[in-house]
Amino acid sequence: MMIWLAAGLLIWAAGWRLNNALSERPTDDFTRFAIPAIFGVTIIAIWECLVRGLDISPVLLPAPSQIALTFAGSLNILWQDFVQTAIKGALTGYAIGCGAAILISIAIDRFPFLQRGLLPVGNFVAALPIIGIAPILVMWFGFDWHSKAAVVVVMVFFPMLVNTVQGLRESDALQRDLMRTYAASYWQTLFYLRLPAAMPFIFNGLKIATTLALIGAIVAEFFGSPIRGMGFRISTSVGQLSMDLVWAEIVVASLAGSGFYGGVALMERSVTFWHPSQRSKAL
Amino acid sequence: MMRSVFPVITVATALFLLWYVAAAALNAPWAHDKAKRAGIELSFGELVSDTWSQEKPKLPAPHQIGAEMWKTTGAMVQRGRAFSKRSLLYHSWVTFSSTALGFLLGTGLGIALAIGIVYNRAMNMSVMPWVIASQTIPILAIAPMIIVVLNAIGISGLIPKAMISMYLSFFPVVVGMVKGLRSPEAMQLDLIHTWSASNVQIFWKLRLPSSMPYLFASLKIAMAASLVGAIVGELPTGAVAGLGARLLSGSYYGQTIQIWSALIMAATLAAILVGLIGLIQRVTLSRMGMA
Repeated sequence: MMIWLAAGLLIWAAGWRLNNALSERPTDDFTRFAIPAIFGVTIIAIWECLVRGLDISPVLLPAPSQIALTFAGSLNILWQDFVQTAIKGALTGYAIGCGAAILISIAIDRFPFLQRGLLPVGNFVAALPIIGIAPILVMWFGFDWHSKAAVVVVMVFFPMLVNTVQGLRESDALQRDLMRTYAASYWQTLFYLRLPAAMPFIFNGLKIATTLALIGAIVAEFFGSPIRGMGFRISTSVGQLSMDLVWAEIVVASLAGSGFYGGVALMERSVTFWHPSQRSKAL
Repeated sequence: MMRSVFPVITVATALFLLWYVAAAALNAPWAHDKAKRAGIELSFGELVSDTWSQEKPKLPAPHQIGAEMWKTTGAMVQRGRAFSKRSLLYHSWVTFSSTALGFLLGTGLGIALAIGIVYNRAMNMSVMPWVIASQTIPILAIAPMIIVVLNAIGISGLIPKAMISMYLSFFPVVVGMVKGLRSPEAMQLDLIHTWSASNVQIFWKLRLPSSMPYLFASLKIAMAASLVGAIVGELPTGAVAGLGARLLSGSYYGQTIQIWSALIMAATLAAILVGLIGLIQRVTLSRMGMA
């Protein structure tokens, strides 16, 4: 028992020393990857040692090794939950919500009156605890993934709307004048100048919306769901005190969240390669 | 400012009208159903007035929510029972207290982490990526587990909910403060070095003051996030107290009016709290000569 605690302490000291030494070196691709990786591995190792050393009950905090075993053992359930919540619920809602927000902000953009009226309202709504409408939408659309998608649509809509409307205002007067000298129509100006100029803002909104989408889909399942789904599994497993399955589900959620975010970030890099914040990284 | 008052009012009015129309449309099937069973034919006027006054409507009309809210706040105050268990004020207070505690803890943690990240190179490179990664994880998903686990080791009540709020609110503060503490330009830093200022002096006299606009911007986001955390944290405790509990018990019993009034109350709370920070921001920044 003491050995585990001592090992934990040792790993901590070693990880700390290693990271300090590495951070003294000039920053390059290797250190940029290695330092956070060492930090993460150290934390997991210390966690394992603490759980074993202090004999913490698996009901409170399972050891990482146990979580890994459960993860490998229940891949079927986890995959089923992932499809139900992340693909059907979150991704569908994300696509509908973001698409609608972009189309509506293009419509709003033509009418300055609507713009001045809707932006403050949109900003206000974006700051509200929208997750609260989850029980209402579950009541309207039933227990299956449709209601989860609806919650996601409402959650991602307003941040997306505010960002896109902001982005469409980004092109400056000089650029618009230039387009006019080319005799460009409204739609040509929109597609060749204003939408590309709005892309950094649109992607900012898209990135915020990724995390909101997963949160919305999972929390909506707390208010009622069929017998699969990540939120359902988490709340029932907590009730059965099988924390290892809860943690396995959390691992899935974080993998899905990071993958989703990373995908959008990659797309951003290829679409807005011209923007200073992307350019400086390449140099 | 004044220029946008009229458009905002127009949009808000349009939304209200839309709400009434939607309420009529959504509740009409139930009204038809009821009339059919009673064997009466509804005229259009009767139909509309019925859809706006049902007991458990699909979508309650704004005046129904208003009446419910008055019944559970103002009327309770008049009877001197402002903090009885049936009062929304009581539930808002419960939610507010864990929001505020979580917000304070999260802000403290966030500022401490940001100072560590700015002053320690190893910490910057090892912690910062994980702080960002931690937010791609749907933290709210583990809220039920945190509550149950902390309950199991004997911590219950305010603290577990505040922990969830803290987790949600520390992130915007870390990101904002790291940016803010690094915002002094090289020229300003050089100047304060020529005055042979110590690290502590640089922190208090240059870095901290110049981080204030960033701090306030993140505090607003953090406050909204911590309210969401508090509401979600109240869900798994079995609907005891708080606005989240009102939402859950309303959804169990199909009390749509109760859900909506809890929702509007939460929105009001969010608006008040964020507005308060905005006020403090304006006063502080103008005293500091920044705005």
